[in-house]
Amino acid sequence: MGSLFRSEEVCLAQLFLQSASAYSCVSELGERGLLEFRDLNPKVSAFQRRFVGEVRRCEEMEKTFTFLQQELRDAGRVLGPCPESPRAPLAREALRVQEQSEQLAQELREVSRNRASLRGRLRELRQYLHVLREGQRFTSLPAPLGSPPRPRALSEREPILDPSLHQHLDRKINFVVGVIHPWRVSAFERLLWRACRGYLVASFVEMPEPMEDPATGESITWVIFLISYWGEQIGQKIRKISDCFHCQVYPYPESEASRADTMSGLHSQIQDLSVVLEETEQYLAQVLDKVVLALPTWRVQVQKMKAIYLVLNQCSFDVTEKCLIAEVWCPVRDLTQVQDALRQGSYKSGSSVECFVQRIPTSESPPTLIRTNKFTAGFQSIVDAYGVASYQEVNPAPYAIITFPFIFAIMFGDVGHGLLMFLFALWMVLYENSPSLRQASNEIWLTFFEGRYLILLMGAFSIYTGFIYNECFSKATVIFPSAWSVATMANHSSWSSDYLATHPSLTLDPNVTGVFQGPYPFGIDPIWSLATNHLNFLNSFKMKMSVVLGIVHMGFGIMLGIFNHVHFRQRHRLVLEFLPEMVFLLALFGYLVFLIFYKWIKFSAADSMVAPSILIHFIDMFLFTSNAGNLPLYRGQVPVQTALVVLALASVPVLLLGTPLYLCCRRRARRTGGPALAAVGEQEPLLEGQEAGNSVNATKEDVESGGHSPDAEHLDFAEIFMHQAIHTIEYCLGCVSNTASYLRLWALSLAHAQLSEVLWTMVMRNGFVGLSYVGGVVLVPVFAAFAVLTVAILLVMEGLSAFLHALRLHWVEFQNKFYVGAGYKLCPFAFAPDASE
Amino acid sequence: MVSLLCCGPKMAACGLVLSAWGVVMLVLLGIFFNVHSAVLIEDVPFTEEDFKDGPERIYRLYEQVSYNCFIAAGLYALLGGFSLCQGRLNKRKEYMVR
Repeated sequence: MGSLFRSEEVCLAQLFLQSASAYSCVSELGERGLLEFRDLNPKVSAFQRRFVGEVRRCEEMEKTFTFLQQELRDAGRVLGPCPESPRAPLAREALRVQEQSEQLAQELREVSRNRASLRGRLRELRQYLHVLREGQRFTSLPAPLGSPPRPRALSEREPILDPSLHQHLDRKINFVVGVIHPWRVSAFERLLWRACRGYLVASFVEMPEPMEDPATGESITWVIFLISYWGEQIGQKIRKISDCFHCQVYPYPESEASRADTMSGLHSQIQDLSVVLEETEQYLAQVLDKVVLALPTWRVQVQKMKAIYLVLNQCSFDVTEKCLIAEVWCPVRDLTQVQDALRQGSYKSGSSVECFVQRIPTSESPPTLIRTNKFTAGFQSIVDAYGVASYQEVNPAPYAIITFPFIFAIMFGDVGHGLLMFLFALWMVLYENSPSLRQASNEIWLTFFEGRYLILLMGAFSIYTGFIYNECFSKATVIFPSAWSVATMANHSSWSSDYLATHPSLTLDPNVTGVFQGPYPFGIDPIWSLATNHLNFLNSFKMKMSVVLGIVHMGFGIMLGIFNHVHFRQRHRLVLEFLPEMVFLLALFGYLVFLIFYKWIKFSAADSMVAPSILIHFIDMFLFTSNAGNLPLYRGQVPVQTALVVLALASVPVLLLGTPLYLCCRRRARRTGGPALAAVGEQEPLLEGQEAGNSVNATKEDVESGGHSPDAEHLDFAEIFMHQAIHTIEYCLGCVSNTASYLRLWALSLAHAQLSEVLWTMVMRNGFVGLSYVGGVVLVPVFAAFAVLTVAILLVMEGLSAFLHALRLHWVEFQNKFYVGAGYKLCPFAFAPDASE
Repeated sequence: MVSLLCCGPKMAACGLVLSAWGVVMLVLLGIFFNVHSAVLIEDVPFTEEDFKDGPERIYRLYEQVSYNCFIAAGLYALLGGFSLCQGRLNKRKEYMVR
């Protein structure tokens, strides 16, 4: 898989598809996902395209499927994913799918309707039953002269007359019973009182069990009312009022016996209805089962069919109307596979004439295709987020696999935090095939999951830099014994107890023999974590390290430009751009790196009083001055520095004017060659015209109209010159500012170390304060708080921050040395896996 | 019998991770305190008088802190066991619903 270095060669090709076998050929190509189809009918609207009828049919089927899915969801069933991926159906299969799905939808609709009406009927019957039962309580109890127990405290009415007495009276008492929504009770009562007071008594009681409201579907405790009244007109008024309030009124049988009859009748009716309802529900469940089985496959099939027809709409018909022509971007490596797919498609559709593919030349820039596997995909995506590589430009992703985690780790260096990050990423990597991890819907989690290899490497490198900085949860690890000996210093200085009492900080002088025994084998000496001038030492070290790493990274970026210049056959740029850029960078900043290393090697603690300052030397180098107090680093430093500055300054005009002048000269040379050739014969310009794209226009113009060209030349030259001037200024100023920008490596690593230390000192230390065994118990919540804050602040916040800054360093400081990133990706036509509902 | 399940699956997982980290880190801290590591001097709650008459008193303080660390590690091991049980009960409940 060598294409990670630069994008693959992609060519423009034409597919000649037989009308009969076009569908199956495109289906084969879609299964393999190789080509990107170009739209040959961009000006045609969607309704005027050739296969609009088929697309419409697919959409109708999809509507039916949506209805079926809705029904499934209402019934609480879950649609499983499609087990195997079916191919796109042929015409008659599609017809069958359509018929079956519509039939199922029809059945489902009918059954649902039946069920709803059965349910409504059942509810009414049960309400009636309750009404009768409750009503009996009022009308069958003999009313004592005292007040009977009232069901509702608000109602001051009770049947003041016992109906069994009513035969003795002139007035006949009638009853209205029904059911009313609980919210309307008080309004109903008030209205009744206002309208018919004195002529009725009303009592309300709640139904023992809640029932479903037909309108909203939620279950409410209905209120049963029983109104006893006398007088026909009052009765009509009451009925009208209850109509207004949407009450369900039921006929109330007068005598005990008839009530009992009605109730038993109701019981049996309810029984029968329940049985019927159960059977209906069973049938519904059966239909739903059928749907669950068949729907996933159908959906995938219809999706594929629709995609194929949309692609076929993009093709154009040739003159004889028998052949479809499609223009595709195809990777050159896959041309044989495409031919194979076409052959299979033709064979499947049973046509005798084969479809074929033919490559055509083009002057357009093809799309970029870089094949990645699950490991490299993460790194390629962070490069693509800045800009997709231009066609066949060198790809920064393979280097980012190492440099990105490394630069992250410089800003994040801590063994403990790196280990936590590494273990988290390891868990994600080991369980990457588990469906619960893959199909989570949380977007933030998916982002972390996509970058699991990235985080794995970041964690691993952070453990490494953690050992270099010697920090583990802000504590130093003493793997090797420290090289500094306090005992020797104490003996040498003979520190007395009074001296120790009055001096809070003591100096270890490395010039005294035995105090400093040589550099620590790996990383920073652990004694520095106990020193008060810890930061003084570390700052100097980290700043120099950042500058060195920055210049190496940028130099590497410039070197990558060589591959671009060679590949695009612009060798003049090697001498006229790469060389001056490299000279500028190395003469100034490469020399700074050299000074840093030279001072580290040559000067030791013995010369610490007179050690020269690199900063002052660097400033003097540019200003051509000298400072008496600052000793030179080596003999002959001043002339060397002068020479380097002159060299660097000399490279600037080369960078500024080199390429434009070269291009200008080349064009002029061709022009002077042109008219001479034209005099020879007419054949020559044609031969001239067959060169690469640019020169075709130039020679044609020169031959046809001699007058135009000088102006055109000047315009071109102005544009090239402007472009080159911008590039030069950007590069030279950029060198300085980008080098300084790398100091963020120092800044963020300092911030991380300090945050880590603050967290330990302010949180964890409180856990060690208790000296009795209770301290052990106190340590438990203290550690929990420390852990939560470590994850939240140091891992998540600092991790994201370091990630961002490492990304910025790559995108801006590294990539602007060689990367253009103006391409577009190849999006092959493939049947995407079924997206979730 | 009252259900023993009091945490959800995510809380049980968090508890397990925290306990594992706690056990490992506190055991290591305890060991380092026990060997009187100089890097941890700031964390030991000493007073001015502990510096008289040799390092013995400081060493006792170190050891006391290390015992506290071990106790906390033991408590975290219990917490880890509890989270593990909760996680298992959650899994069983998930299977039973089906």
